Amino acid sequence: MTDFRVEVRVTPRRGILDPQGSAVQGALKSLGFGGVEEVHVGRLIRFSLAADSDADARERVDAMCRQLLANPVTEDFDVRVEALAAA
Amino acid sequence: MKIGVVTFPGSNCDYDCYRALKDGLGAEAVYLWHKEHDLQGVDAVFLPGGFSYGDYLRAGAIAAHSPIMREVKAFAEGGGPVAGICNGFQILCEAGMLPGGLMRNRGLKFRSRPVHLLVERADTAFTGEYAAGDVLRIPIAHGEGCYFADPELLDELEANGQVVFRYCSGEGLVSPDANPNGSARNIAGIINAGGNVLGMMPHPERAIEPLLGSTDGLGFFRSLAAHLARV
Repeated sequence: MTDFRVEVRVTPRRGILDPQGSAVQGALKSLGFGGVEEVHVGRLIRFSLAADSDADARERVDAMCRQLLANPVTEDFDVRVEALAAA
Repeated sequence: MKIGVVTFPGSNCDYDCYRALKDGLGAEAVYLWHKEHDLQGVDAVFLPGGFSYGDYLRAGAIAAHSPIMREVKAFAEGGGPVAGICNGFQILCEAGMLPGGLMRNRGLKFRSRPVHLLVERADTAFTGEYAAGDVLRIPIAHGEGCYFADPELLDELEANGQVVFRYCSGEGLVSPDANPNGSARNIAGIINAGGNVLGMMPHPERAIEPLLGSTDGLGFFRSLAAHLARV
């Protein structure tokens, strides 16, 4: 078993309305920050996972994302998996 | 007739729902704690409004996997009527029992006020006491009630007659001005293809007596009672 550091980034699905992102973009503009476009607000979920291999970890995290961590109807997700140390 | 109201941690309309069933309808109502696996032989299940699990992760996402939801799913698969109101609608979508999803309101504002609803379908287990075209005045109270689905799915819902309620003006006109949250096609409530699982953002249980400002929600509960008496 190897311990993996996992990060899941969940963002509003591309192309669908993200009112939170629009509000943040408007606030940045009103603060005088120019050139800011396409702001999206999502969330970061970080955890450690004991798994047999990198592929095993990725497969399990993908299932977690589909069942709970993200809602594929409205959200995209991106998974990063990094081995920490062999147990 | 015995009807169950599921209480999740953070549910806050469970008593309103219980009261609408018990006093508004005169039915036997029971609370079902989310950690249980026993539906106590109820004839219908309500998932009430509120903020289950503090809306952590996404509204309804964690409640959708509460222990009792396994039984609620099996009950629905057997044809049992299940209604989700507000957070209950979000839970049904998160549980995959209804298509589409509910996102943050377009204007980002929490909307708490009466709205008008156009009854699109009066031949469901929950709307038989209304007539298609009726305009109801029922309150909403939500921050994440913007119904979203891909255009193909929306077309499918429309073609199957699964859109039950739409936000409209007092005169029954469905327009962007009457849409409080940016929901696709003004959708306020939908039903599954099987016709036994309904989700809606507005709160019929808050419109059951004149003191509450409207009695238009009573028909919802009476419709279910009439349906249960028939089956």
